[in-house]
Amino acid sequence: MSDDLLDLATSVVSRARPGEGMEVYVARGTDTEVRAYDGEVESLTSADSSGVGIRVVVDAPGEGSRVGFAWAGSLDRALIDAALHDARDNARFATPDPDVVLAEDDGVEATELDLWDDGVASTPMEKKVALAVDLERATRAADPRVRQVSSADYGDSQVEVALASTTGLASSRRRTSAFLSVDAIAGEAAESQTGTGFSVGRGPGELVPDDAMDEAVLRAVRLLGATKARSAHYTVVFDPRVVSTLLAVVAAALSGEAVVKGRSFFAGRIGEAVAASGVTLVDDPTDPRSYGAATYDGEGLACRRNVLIADGVLRMFVYDTVSARRAGTVSTGSAVRGGYAGTPSAGCRALVLSPGAKSSDEILASAGEGLYVQSITGVHSGVNTVSGDFSVGAEGLMISGGNLAQPVREVTVASTLQRMLQSVVDVGADLRWLPGAAAGQTVAIADMSLSGE
Amino acid sequence: MGPVPRGRLGVGGTLGHDDYDTAVTETALIESEVLERVLSAALGGGGDMAEVFAEDSATSGAMLDDGRIEELSSGRSRGAGIRVVDGETTGFAHTADLTEAGLLAAARAAASVARDGGAGVRTVALTSVASNGRGERTAPDTVAKDRKLELLGRADDAARAAGSAITQVQVGCGDSRRRILIANSDGRLATDEQIRTRFNVSCVANGDTGMQTGYEPVARTEGFEIFERFAVEDVARTAAGRALSKLSARPAPSGEVPIVLAGGSGGILFHEACGHGLEADHIVKDASVYTGRVGQLVASPLVTLVDDGTVLGEWGNFAVDDEGNAPARNVLIEDGVLTDYMWDWLRARKEGRKSSGNGRRQSYQHLPMVRMTNTYLLAGPEDPDEIVAQTPAGVYVKKLGGGQVNTATGDFVFGTTEAYLIENGRITEPLRDANLIGNGPEVLRRIDAVAGDFDMTPGTCGKDGQSVPVGCGQATLRITGVTLGGTA
Repeated sequence: MSDDLLDLATSVVSRARPGEGMEVYVARGTDTEVRAYDGEVESLTSADSSGVGIRVVVDAPGEGSRVGFAWAGSLDRALIDAALHDARDNARFATPDPDVVLAEDDGVEATELDLWDDGVASTPMEKKVALAVDLERATRAADPRVRQVSSADYGDSQVEVALASTTGLASSRRRTSAFLSVDAIAGEAAESQTGTGFSVGRGPGELVPDDAMDEAVLRAVRLLGATKARSAHYTVVFDPRVVSTLLAVVAAALSGEAVVKGRSFFAGRIGEAVAASGVTLVDDPTDPRSYGAATYDGEGLACRRNVLIADGVLRMFVYDTVSARRAGTVSTGSAVRGGYAGTPSAGCRALVLSPGAKSSDEILASAGEGLYVQSITGVHSGVNTVSGDFSVGAEGLMISGGNLAQPVREVTVASTLQRMLQSVVDVGADLRWLPGAAAGQTVAIADMSLSGE
Repeated sequence: MGPVPRGRLGVGGTLGHDDYDTAVTETALIESEVLERVLSAALGGGGDMAEVFAEDSATSGAMLDDGRIEELSSGRSRGAGIRVVDGETTGFAHTADLTEAGLLAAARAAASVARDGGAGVRTVALTSVASNGRGERTAPDTVAKDRKLELLGRADDAARAAGSAITQVQVGCGDSRRRILIANSDGRLATDEQIRTRFNVSCVANGDTGMQTGYEPVARTEGFEIFERFAVEDVARTAAGRALSKLSARPAPSGEVPIVLAGGSGGILFHEACGHGLEADHIVKDASVYTGRVGQLVASPLVTLVDDGTVLGEWGNFAVDDEGNAPARNVLIEDGVLTDYMWDWLRARKEGRKSSGNGRRQSYQHLPMVRMTNTYLLAGPEDPDEIVAQTPAGVYVKKLGGGQVNTATGDFVFGTTEAYLIENGRITEPLRDANLIGNGPEVLRRIDAVAGDFDMTPGTCGKDGQSVPVGCGQATLRITGVTLGGTA
């Protein structure tokens, strides 16, 4: 698989000069996106893209090595040549560093994963169009309180990646994904409430349009009549989608690179109880159910299962090769990169909180009184993984007598990440695999500040 | 973690180019005759409009982190996106192959949405409608790399010198040169060359109460001459000071409080509270609280809000938008009354009007949509110090971070990165970061004072998966009550 890409990567690496280290990352993707509106196709996008990212490492005798990077958004020979030239030139200016090296095979065996669904390529465009158009129509008709469906989208992608290096690494991998998503607006006259629903899979055959529709409609409709709540301290129960978002944010503080550079509230706390007992957080890209699953990491090392927090105790951070050397340890196979235009850095790709025993209803019942949060806003402006300060906009429903009650909007929930981890009272059994770097399930956290009226 | 060893930043010798073609192409991206044939082919199966958007861009970036020049990167991207509009349906395809064969293949893919099965041969004749010409700019790729790196080192030194509690400094600079060409079947042919330069510093300060962060960016649609406008040391000291001041910060209050936003604190308030909601794509779908409200009072009479892509050098400035239209100064709200929305070609056509020059896209791989440019509140008559003095209790926000809005409900959040309590009309204790939450039309009605100390700040606006550079501007103003999401 991806043999022509690996051949290309290898052929560029073969041009390395004596004493020069080189890593070549090549990617190619095909994307389809159909947007439906008002019973018609609003837009249909089909596109291929490809590119290369080259890292060059040169010796600075006695001082370590210097690294330079360049990329090209094309596999055109002239642009690859230009990128190789630029990477070499850029390497001349980096500060020499004894920890700057390319990854080398560490003997960890790769987990072969089947992340490819032929259905993405073989499903006719008419069928993909119909999925989006039908979802839009069905959502409009699902509930008389839905007054608008601002968009319904079908999307899929096929991605192939190859990596080769002068240190002898050579790997290729490929994956597909498909999704349906729909945005519903409920309400009349002065009031509008919104809900997004989606369904994801490796291919169109795994998508369940009714799930996306039901989720969007439920979320919009149950907020009708929402008001601000009174400012107070509450137990907050987060929806699985919110938990996925929050875990992906906390991941930044578990990056060994952030830790070694003193930019994580977890720094220096290995072996300490950083979370409530029962909280176990694992980054496991070898689980094919995760949308972050991968056989190889962004430097070509085998991905592996890393237990970061075990029963509340911080066990380890994730590292790429360079951050691991700086920390005096070894890579955890956790190099991530933002496509061909990005350089590798340490990061999580498949976080999962070990599920507890309770259903979401049982968690609400245990909470008794509190706030159920179905969506949050302002994550990027309100969550700081250096200080741990946490403040986000929220909408959802009050919890009264262990049941969902009055809808709430235009409030914030706040705490610190440190305190939130210590205050986890329940982790649900309802694990949901979601796109992005983390799965999610219902989680209850005690004693958060709700700011409203 | 010492300062950067200055002597190792560069190596000897000249920095000239060799025989690789690493510079952005200087000749036409695609010849006119080729464009005309591709546009004709794109409409070969029917459709109302076809467009070729070609782009050739070069970016470079450098990062000094943890006392080291860690990474220099360079990138090149070249390609074209082709769209065909047939009725309410748009087909879009893009390619990195700018040969006629590559463009024709993309045109056929984009044309697959056309349904009338062939409207006969449509001849397209292109006329150039816009030219660029914005004075001398120092293109980033003509500046030696060690000159840029020297700026990073100076900023690192200045940030670390700001206080012994500064434990970490990251300095980034980057620039881009983007040539675009837009040709459409209405005969429009437009080009632009957009040069942008950014410089930013982020710091970590460590104290008894934990760590705090400070960040300060500078970014303009200019070349290397941007560094004549400001000293990198000042940017570094601002970022460091922000982190240091928060070491003694107390938790922000929770609940509704009067807020004084400092001039140039971000302007993100208007970007979120009404900017996105005034984008016509949300309006035509009735997915904005501002739908159907032109002519109505939607804000305090003190509010006159403008979106203006013509402000030379600002981060959201350009000579033509990504649909080939000239930018304009568009008054959106005048004395509190909603006057108009922002429009791209597609949404303007639906209403039988012209684009307002707000059709933008992240790259040739993206469809254009309605986007803001430089969005700002016109300055008012008050004195900024007097506004604070006449606020018995509240919160003074010196700097804002990002924000987010739900255009359909109007609810929005925006975060503080430097804020203080106001007690008895005086700015007192620093506060930890928090988000503010409000509803657009409600918050805009609560603005009761606007000062004259106007300033702009740069930002990156994300919408539907696409990022574009924008500017935000405002003078010191007061909002009588907004919900602050603290813990105290």
